[in-house]
Amino acid sequence: MSDRLTFDMVSPEKHLFSAEVDVVTVPGSEGDFGVLANHSPMMSVLRPGIVLVEDGGTTTRYFVQGGFADVTPDGLTILAEQALAVDGDDKDALQDAVTQARSRVEAETDEQKKAEAETVLRVLEEIL
Amino acid sequence: MASLKELRNRISSVKATQKITRAMQMVAASKLRRAQDAAISARPYAERMSLVLANLAAGVAGQDGAPALLSGTGKEDTHLLIVATAERGLCGGFNASIAKLAKERALALKAEGKTVKILCVGRKGGDLLKRDFEADMLETVTYQGLKSVGFEQAQEVATQVLALFETEAFDVCTLYYSEFVNVITQIPKELQIIPAHLDEDSTLDLGGAAYDYEPEETEILDALLPRNISIQILRALLENAASEQGARMSAMDNATRNAGEMIDSLTITYNRSRQAQITKELIEIISGAEAL
Repeated sequence: MSDRLTFDMVSPEKHLFSAEVDVVTVPGSEGDFGVLANHSPMMSVLRPGIVLVEDGGTTTRYFVQGGFADVTPDGLTILAEQALAVDGDDKDALQDAVTQARSRVEAETDEQKKAEAETVLRVLEEIL
Repeated sequence: MASLKELRNRISSVKATQKITRAMQMVAASKLRRAQDAAISARPYAERMSLVLANLAAGVAGQDGAPALLSGTGKEDTHLLIVATAERGLCGGFNASIAKLAKERALALKAEGKTVKILCVGRKGGDLLKRDFEADMLETVTYQGLKSVGFEQAQEVATQVLALFETEAFDVCTLYYSEFVNVITQIPKELQIIPAHLDEDSTLDLGGAAYDYEPEETEILDALLPRNISIQILRALLENAASEQGARMSAMDNATRNAGEMIDSLTITYNRSRQAQITKELIEIISGAEAL
């Protein structure tokens, strides 16, 4: 059996990532968890946060707005609602996301939605 | 026979038409690339989503209290048909073929004594179905003036559909759109989204291991099912956008070619009648000279 994890990340707009990696740390709704190869099958909801992809000593960070992680014997699949590379070319998009989250925090009247937007904003401010 | 002036006018008007169709073909070709990329990149997400959902559903199936979006309302009396078409015409049989598929289904359902409700996304579908099903149409959502459809639009439609479902306005919801295969082929498709239609064969073999869920299965399902609807609608809209451009491109290509053929045959007629006229004038002059 291979000791490398097949990792796919897809968003509604595009297929973001598809490769074999060492470890992926996923921001689950009930806490972060790391996924190595041959992880037992599981399914988790994501909270807004950072997905860490580690491969051969290098770490790539992705910001995800939310979504689902699905671990199967074939590997890990993340269905992200919105995913942006933190250190890559998506800087502008990240800035947009911050502005958007900020205006949502101000505009949203629904308590729950407001809290959601605040979480997004907090995570985003942390990484920028 | 038409006079020379008339023929000249015909030729220049066909030429003008050809210019327009050629321009439309080129515009469609350039839009097609972007639409096609968007449609193709949306596929993995939608497919994964169905796969994940199928896995989850297999676990919940048969249990009591499964979400209504998955198991249905228990009856099949009222059908909601979402007909996704283009905003504009001049794209061959694209709009008509989607509307036709939806129409056949609607008539079949009506024959069975079921209630049919129609929600049109895109102006053309609304126009086409209005004649036969005006009484059953709920609304026509149009995106006039919008450059490209995206997740936001899909979400709006999904929210509307879910709100209708919650008020028990329908039992079964089917989505009609056109799948993009290539520039020449677009296949009109129907897809049942409520209750979620799942491919039984697509469930994964876990080799005996049980799935862990975080949080609970039902909670995930509650989050996943509405999302799945937006995604399937988004996919339909994106596939439609690509199909529309593809259909328009080939329709306009045909039109350009037809116009070319028409110009050729008109030009031949024009030259012939010009020749005929010259010959006639010559004969007149010669016979006039001979008569002297």
